[in-house]
Amino acid sequence: MKQRTFEDKHQQQWEALEQDQDIAQFPRRYRQICQHLALARDRHYTPHLITRLNRLVLHGHQHLYQAHSHPISQFIKFLSVDFPQRVREESRLVVVSSLLFFGSLLIMFLGVQIKPDLIFSLMNIEQVLDMEAMYNPNADHIGHNRESDSDFLMFGFYIRNNISIGFQTFASGIIFGLGTIFFLVFNGLYLGCVAGHLTQIGYTVPFYSFVAGHSALELIAIVLAGVAGLKLGLALIAPGRLTRLDALQQAAVHSMLLVYGVIIMLLLAAFIEAFWSSNTAIDPIIKYIVGGIMWIVILAYFTLVGRHRAT
Amino acid sequence: MLDTTRPIETPEGIELSLRVAGPIVRAIAWCLDFGIRMIIYIILLFLVSSLGDFGIGLLLVSIFLLEWFYPILFEVYRYGATPGKRAMKIKVLHESGAPVNWSGAMIRNLLRTIDFLPFFYGFGLVTMIINKDFKRIGDLAANTVVVYEEEIIPVKKDRAWMDESPLMPITLSLEEQQAIINFADRAQHLPEERLIDLANIVTPLTGKTGKPAIKTLYQFANGLIG
Repeated sequence: MKQRTFEDKHQQQWEALEQDQDIAQFPRRYRQICQHLALARDRHYTPHLITRLNRLVLHGHQHLYQAHSHPISQFIKFLSVDFPQRVREESRLVVVSSLLFFGSLLIMFLGVQIKPDLIFSLMNIEQVLDMEAMYNPNADHIGHNRESDSDFLMFGFYIRNNISIGFQTFASGIIFGLGTIFFLVFNGLYLGCVAGHLTQIGYTVPFYSFVAGHSALELIAIVLAGVAGLKLGLALIAPGRLTRLDALQQAAVHSMLLVYGVIIMLLLAAFIEAFWSSNTAIDPIIKYIVGGIMWIVILAYFTLVGRHRAT
Repeated sequence: MLDTTRPIETPEGIELSLRVAGPIVRAIAWCLDFGIRMIIYIILLFLVSSLGDFGIGLLLVSIFLLEWFYPILFEVYRYGATPGKRAMKIKVLHESGAPVNWSGAMIRNLLRTIDFLPFFYGFGLVTMIINKDFKRIGDLAANTVVVYEEEIIPVKKDRAWMDESPLMPITLSLEEQQAIINFADRAQHLPEERLIDLANIVTPLTGKTGKPAIKTLYQFANGLIG
């Protein structure tokens, strides 16, 4: 068939696809144009026509294969099945990440009890004084309630700070896991240092009643961000039967589920930290109880939820 | 061949070609986005300055969102292009040619922090140069590719050479036929001197030189195309 006859014959169909007129007709029209492109190539029609058909098919392809999502049902399924399941699947990495994070936290905590000067290896004197002022049980501000405005300020601060740390812990895993290990160990040491110092100088009640509520969400979220990062690194170090690139791409998609979970947990943690933990009107005992319940609930969530097979 | 077109195969068994975008055009797009974000920050700063601590909290949340989610949201909901990319006529696609989805956009944009190391996209640039599709680390992990936006070109109805009376040349190979049609197709973008130069090459075929040779080639093209 000569090109001009071909063009005249199919011109109308091409224009119809271009204008997206009838959604019901779209898949059929798209497939026809795929066929036209193949024919045009095979018959060596002019580059202009081939380019035009190529672009038409490209637009149609992107239109047809775009991801359609149902955000709410996906979100519910994510929380009730996918997220806890994914965490359990990675149980070995959860252990490694927890050891790195809680291990360095504990070592630093004990270290500071034995040798208080150790705190200056991570913090300078001003930071230490700031921290002491913040949790001083005799200080003025302890008795007063913070303005709700400044609660919101801290909410913004925690979101930006904590979620960014979570993202960095994940992303730096691509450097063969080294970045993730660094962030886990560093954050563990830092927290161990703060907790250890405040315990050692006897500021326990203001400090522990403050961190109790959000500690479960925040600390576990950091561990899970670590798992996601270690997974990236592991894919590069031990890709198994896949090429390193394929292993990385698969690991990235899998660890994204963990990252979504980390975002949700850190958002919740920031909310609790800003509006509940900072509220000094609440009795420390209640805060400890709530904090303990949070730990139980979250550990139960990861061990028990989503165990049934999807129907 | 040194070429930036990248073939992809669709489920229909059709091979499509995409043109991948290089580091320069992507850097310009990034700068545009950076500028847009700066302007939003300044506007926000003005808006929240009267709100005290609440305003600062709001500002911090917005900074967080703009820092991490500005590219992600645009790439997912605006057909793979942030405003900067749109201005440069480039966009992000999944390697299959399909639009980028949530996890793809999240992966490539969270790994931006690593591409940015050790300073100003050092790793990203090196990675882009050593692989054939100009992918930075984030693109490699997310299996995405940044390509030029292809607009649908209108069909050429008013081909000037179509008016010439068709004429069939002696038997020519397929490549020779294509060369003649392409010559006629591209004639309107070339200066006349160049057309004459080109037409003179095939004097043995047309038996003419100069403008008459062009006319004869038009007639041949018309005859060949049908």
